[in-house]
Amino acid sequence: MHKQALWTVAELEGAHLRDTSFEIIARGRRLADKLGVPLISIAIGSGIEEVELQRLIHHGADSVAAVDTGALQGYQTETYSNVLTSLIERYEPQIVLAAATVNGRSLLPHVAMRLRAGLTADCTELDIEEETGNLLQTRPAIGGNILATIKTPEARPQMATVRPRSTLPLPEDPKRRGEIERIPFEAQWHDRRVKKLGMKENTVEQLNIQAAEIIVAGGRGMKKKENFSLLEKLAAELGGVIGASREAVDRAWISYPHQVGLSGKTVVPALYIAVGISGAIQHLAGMKTAGEIVAINRDPQAPILEIADFAVVGDLFQVLPRLIARLREERQL
Amino acid sequence: MKIIVPIKQVPETGNVKMDTETGTIIRDGSESIINPLDLYAIETAIELKEKHGGSVTAISMGPPAAEKALREAVAMGCDEAVLITDRKFAGSDTWATSYTLSAAIKKIGPFDFIVAGERATDGDTGQVGPNLAAALNLPMATFIRTIDVVKEASAIQVERLVEEGYEQLELPLPALVTVVKEIAYPRLPTLRGKQRAKKMELLRWGADDLDLDVTKIGLKGSPTRVVKIVSPRVTREGSRVEVKNEETLEKAVEELLTFLNERGFLAEHKRLTEGEKGA
Ligand SMILES: Cc1cc2nc3c(=O)[nH]c(=O)nc-3n(C[C@H](O)[C@H](O)[C@H](O)COP(=O)(O)OP(=O)(O)OC[C@H]3O[C@@H](n4cnc5c(N)ncnc54)[C@H](O)[C@@H]3O)c2cc1C
Ligand SMILES: Nc1ncnc2c1ncn2[C@@H]1O[C@H](COP(=O)(O)O)[C@@H](O)[C@H]1O
Repeated sequence: MHKQALWTVAELEGAHLRDTSFEIIARGRRLADKLGVPLISIAIGSGIEEVELQRLIHHGADSVAAVDTGALQGYQTETYSNVLTSLIERYEPQIVLAAATVNGRSLLPHVAMRLRAGLTADCTELDIEEETGNLLQTRPAIGGNILATIKTPEARPQMATVRPRSTLPLPEDPKRRGEIERIPFEAQWHDRRVKKLGMKENTVEQLNIQAAEIIVAGGRGMKKKENFSLLEKLAAELGGVIGASREAVDRAWISYPHQVGLSGKTVVPALYIAVGISGAIQHLAGMKTAGEIVAINRDPQAPILEIADFAVVGDLFQVLPRLIARLREERQL
Repeated sequence: MKIIVPIKQVPETGNVKMDTETGTIIRDGSESIINPLDLYAIETAIELKEKHGGSVTAISMGPPAAEKALREAVAMGCDEAVLITDRKFAGSDTWATSYTLSAAIKKIGPFDFIVAGERATDGDTGQVGPNLAAALNLPMATFIRTIDVVKEASAIQVERLVEEGYEQLELPLPALVTVVKEIAYPRLPTLRGKQRAKKMELLRWGADDLDLDVTKIGLKGSPTRVVKIVSPRVTREGSRVEVKNEETLEKAVEELLTFLNERGFLAEHKRLTEGEKGA
């Protein structure tokens, strides 16, 4: 395998690639071209089919290296870290990117520590410094109050996790060709200390708000738990999921995985509708890079209205029912 | 059961000042608090101690003023507190911080558990937990929301929050976990706790007290460098409608619908419609 390459770490759910795997290829593609090095996508998992690996190439990777064996069924930090650390030591990539998902944010720091590599979390912009060829990694910090640009002048590889949905995958090109290399799994990589007992899926609540195109979020202005049904109706009409401010979560109107903000999730949906949310700086930190922001708030001074693309100053208990009714009407037409 | 809780003192967000030269946070002047997400780690540790016996040691690396955070942790119910402080540690990134903390944790001696916060609200990286597990070669589970001690206190079972739901894992002890907010309700310090915290002797360790490679600490030992800081200003030139009466309500809702439609957000809605018509 080419040394000094740029690697992106693909992420699988079962035997299928997550969309974030393609997003980081899109990020990496520009950087690899600037550096004039190949982009290799690394896939670690079990039972990954050739056609699935081909999709990495169709989305912009030059080649794929896959480590695939039963022992790698389902993400598991210690074993995955052994695999990735060993591959990096063996093939010496200059840059390693992964998505800042739950697993990406667990695996990469584990690997970076062992390699004594620099790692920047949850980057929203990446670039190459002209003079040095170093990776410039930009990320919001301190509750989104600042954007910090970070580099790793000496240590290698340069590692970063990239905020999900902060970039679009490249269009699929089925004519792209590239090599798929299968790398044998080594028995000593298998760490059996942590056992997976099971999985509770949360399909009903559609909890992965970070993957959602549309989020309808409620705050303290919703007044009580029962009123969240209004948001659910709106979300159902639009095909969105429910988000919330900390005030709503702390009052147990909705569970923590829905919380958006500094101490909750950072989301970048195409559309964020904030209802009865004031727009405290800690809330804005989690959603202000959304594509379009709609806010409904009765206080004309509420900061959320300042950053909205469409602001409704009014009582949510008037606006929401009417909006939902009109959306239903439109459907009947 | 001996539990170690690494905690970080952070500035109250909202009034943070940055030194644009060095790219570091100016800590004097702004009010400091325990990283809010570490309160859940402290609470988890204290509850485990109450149930299974043992002790909780809070540890923090930071400027001398981080003593305040540690005393607060003691007031909540931690038994011991260790402050890792030395000018030589200044400018540490997550790698150097974790390296230094791991040396201090080794010095504390045998333990069953490390419970860390999900992430700190200032640096906001969430890297120190996994870094520590790697440095200390501990089995780890990140983002956990429940924890049960099983098998005669030789293992734990946890639920880990992932995108699709909750993963159930079993880890042998000693182990490291990072916890999410769902795991507990942090208690307030008691009066007795506060009195104890005021009088308690903290352990204070500097670089010379730890078994460290000095090339791996502080700014010099940090692989990453902050090269630029900017304060982005976001205001969007959006449109605004006011609802005052029935007429303006209707107008507002129609304009909002037009806005959503023009930007393509009613496409899904239309698909739903067609699906329904077809059915
Ligand atoms: C360290 C730290 C971390 C934090 N992390 C987060 C975080 O992750 N996420 C988060 O959200 N917050 C977080 N916060 C809390 C944050 O500071 C705010 O307290 C919180 O976001 C406020 O929530 P809210 O907007 O729902 O409530 P409020 O600020 O009370 O706002 C309610 C809004 O509803 C409007 N309203 C009321 N009734 C109606 C009505 N009938 N119709 C229309 N509008 C109405 C009001 O005008 C008001 O603007 C954090 C705070 C700290 C200190
Ligand atoms: N300087 C520090 N001293 C002690 N613990 C820390 C320190 N920095 C981070 N931690 C711990 O690591 C977690 C993640 O922090 P971070 O990686 O900075 O986001 C925190 O919630 C703390 O539990």
